[in-house]
Amino acid sequence: MSLIAGTAFAQSPTNIFDPAGTPARSAFGLSMLVLSITLAIFLIVAGLLLYALIRFRHRSTDSNREPAQIYGSNQIELSWTVIPILIVVTLFLTTTRVILGTEAIPKPASAMDVTIIGHQFWWEYRYPKSGVVTANELHVPISDPASPTPTYLTMSSADVSHSFWVPRLAGKMDLIPNRVNTMWIDPEATGLYLGQCAQYCGTQHAKMLLRVYAQSPQDFAAWIEQQNKPAQQEFPGNAAATEGQAVFMKNACINCHTVKGTVATGRFGPDLTHLASRDTIASGPIQNTPENLRKWVEDPNTMKPGSLMPAMHLNDHDLDVITAYLSQLH
Amino acid sequence: MTTTPVLEAIDETLETQGRPPLNVIYEWLTTVDHKKIGLMYIVYALIFLVIAGFEAILMRIQLAIPNNHFVSPQVFNQLFTMHGTTMVFFMGMPILFGMGNYLVPLMIGARDMAFPRLNAFSFWISAFAGLLLYFSYIGGSGLYAAGSAPDVGWFAYAPLTSKVFSPGHSTDYWTLAVFLSGVGSIGTALNIVTTILCMRCKGMKMSRMPLLPWLYLVMSGLVFVAVSPLTAAQIMLTLDRYLGAHFFDTQAGGSAILWMHFFWIFGHPEVYVLVLPAFAFANEIIPVFSRKAMFGYPAMVAASVSIGFISLSVWAHHMFTAGLGPAGNTFFVFATMVISVPTGIKIFNWLATIWGGKIIFAVPMMFMIAFLFQFLIAGLTGIMLSAAPFNWQLSASYFVVAHFHYVLVGAIVFSLFSAFYFWYPKVTGRMMSETLGKWHFWLFLIGFHLTFDFMHVPGILGMPRRIYTYEAGRGWDTLNFIVGVGAIFQAAGTLVLVYNMIHSYYKGKEAGHDPWDAWTLEWSVPSPPPSYNFAIEPTVSSRRPLWDIKHPEDPDADYE
Repeated sequence: MSLIAGTAFAQSPTNIFDPAGTPARSAFGLSMLVLSITLAIFLIVAGLLLYALIRFRHRSTDSNREPAQIYGSNQIELSWTVIPILIVVTLFLTTTRVILGTEAIPKPASAMDVTIIGHQFWWEYRYPKSGVVTANELHVPISDPASPTPTYLTMSSADVSHSFWVPRLAGKMDLIPNRVNTMWIDPEATGLYLGQCAQYCGTQHAKMLLRVYAQSPQDFAAWIEQQNKPAQQEFPGNAAATEGQAVFMKNACINCHTVKGTVATGRFGPDLTHLASRDTIASGPIQNTPENLRKWVEDPNTMKPGSLMPAMHLNDHDLDVITAYLSQLH
Repeated sequence: MTTTPVLEAIDETLETQGRPPLNVIYEWLTTVDHKKIGLMYIVYALIFLVIAGFEAILMRIQLAIPNNHFVSPQVFNQLFTMHGTTMVFFMGMPILFGMGNYLVPLMIGARDMAFPRLNAFSFWISAFAGLLLYFSYIGGSGLYAAGSAPDVGWFAYAPLTSKVFSPGHSTDYWTLAVFLSGVGSIGTALNIVTTILCMRCKGMKMSRMPLLPWLYLVMSGLVFVAVSPLTAAQIMLTLDRYLGAHFFDTQAGGSAILWMHFFWIFGHPEVYVLVLPAFAFANEIIPVFSRKAMFGYPAMVAASVSIGFISLSVWAHHMFTAGLGPAGNTFFVFATMVISVPTGIKIFNWLATIWGGKIIFAVPMMFMIAFLFQFLIAGLTGIMLSAAPFNWQLSASYFVVAHFHYVLVGAIVFSLFSAFYFWYPKVTGRMMSETLGKWHFWLFLIGFHLTFDFMHVPGILGMPRRIYTYEAGRGWDTLNFIVGVGAIFQAAGTLVLVYNMIHSYYKGKEAGHDPWDAWTLEWSVPSPPPSYNFAIEPTVSSRRPLWDIKHPEDPDADYE
């Protein structure tokens, strides 16, 4: 068992015992304490049980007399009441310290803010200070102890409950309609951190994946600047994209999707202003390639059954040009 | 034991043997005898055990490999909803009520339950509720949309259950079925409490009552305070869905958190509703096969009662990730951790009962030993989950699935299997096959550990529960495959049990009154017990009346 588990631990990008941020690290520290206490209790009690089972098993050579009947002992029973109480108090105080250290510390002035809105079955990210709106792929700066820039996540939901869980950065927090929850993350190294929705939210709960890109402050600033630009409007020398843009604006696409700087201002689906700058579509499970985009627009339900985007019933030509347009939205 | 002429006459009129089959069916349909109702509960629950087990196997096949297309997402979501709902409401509760129905009157020296007709009503309404739930497969959205069973999870979180997100009628089938099963449960709980408080035989003070009725008393008390809010919540949800109320309808300003509170105010005590009877079986069976009196009877009673009370103040540990804030979280951390103290007392008292005994490794005791180890582990993973920051990582992950299946299967089902082998001779007059019992034990034990030991790990590696598929490369694949293999072992073990029960009914060795040389009142009457149980109401003077008869030189009463 340990061999199989060990291999799995080594290769998993979502291992909670491989923390890469403060909240996940303090949970990890507490976990190790709890694990060692419970392991010690297990070894002692299971050892005693095993010993009793072997030592006091009925042997064929035994006499037929019943063993001595013992009805109880106040001293012994008191001891195994008091000792567990002491263990519980220790554990409780340690746990409380970690809870307060995560949930009740003041927000530093240098903190970044992101508002997360959960949707069936995707994530909306809004950066209130810069006005950037994006979907499914969260970009945050890394934070180092010298100049801490933790990211404060303010969360709610537009429909049913969801839960934000990127195990290497922090424990999960639910996104609940009519309610605002907060949590913070401070990834300490650049890279991609994976996770997924942890609260059952309907048919495609399984494919509501999370991708957090932790970037150096410079890269992050550049990303913000690029995301802040309106969408590209002119496609010189690319007739397909130009035509695709017209097809997009004439269809129901604009009721649900926003493309900044155009008539498309829908809020129900993900913001597509910089769609082509994302690695994946459909909140994680599908690589963002022109072929996949085309298949997705043709009929989202074949790729992600239960997805709320309807099939647009476009002809092959329109599908081709829309794909050409969407692929240009860098 | 001799019977009086009047009772013999009653027995004869109730005698069903040699009568046409239709009359036998009529007799069972109209019976108010607590033993027959108990058996019907058990048979009905076993049918649902097989159904819900089959649903589990389908889910494990789907999850055995990444990106599997064995079932669609909709079907998978229905499977886990139906599996959970069935196992809790139509397998767990009925089978434990069935055992209680059969055993409680016998163990307290009563001739029947306090309200025999209410007893029959409670059974039939629960049975109807189970049928109603499964009728959703045909009727959820009308006959033309066959296959529209509920898919909102057994916890049915708002607002996924509101009309906007769950159109059609599948959720209504869930609501009504759970509501009706709640009515039946409350009826039975009322019956058990009244029976225990008012119908104990002469000499049986509360302090002399066997531990099994004690635990059923606490369990029934919990049913009142736990199932009633659930029933209220079902009514509120139905008002939301049909009369435009806005309790949980968040699109109209309702509260999703309110549902969570209602559900877990039921949901957490429910765990103890299910596990207290398992403790009850352990309290009766472990002493008999250790040949010793239960160690620390008063402490066991006190621990059970305090578990009952504390379990009412821990529900929000299911909501550590709902953003209750540090004050709420620390309170529920404390309440949850404290419950490990009385639970620990129980484990230590069982250990002390075994200590110095002459342990007989018959099949019931084998299941009990597995129960002890597994319940210990379940309790310890429970302590891990009670540490809120650890819980923020583990809640809604497969670690939780592993933890509560350790409680529900590792503790409750193992204890229940033990009870089957222990009391089967009393019920049928025949012994169950020990050889088949050992096959059952080992197949199920291996299957259990393959399934639920390995299930902890994907949780630690970030695998959420209730997902119908996952991508490769997360480190979850091999583990899920092993879990799937384990499920098949468990299914095989269960089938051996069912075969053993049927086979032994016809071919089993005659059991006699008291095959295990036990000490409580049910072993003083013939196997199977006659209608009305006791020809002459018994009188007891100690906790172990049959010990006193067997050992007149060293009666129990001297030590109480």
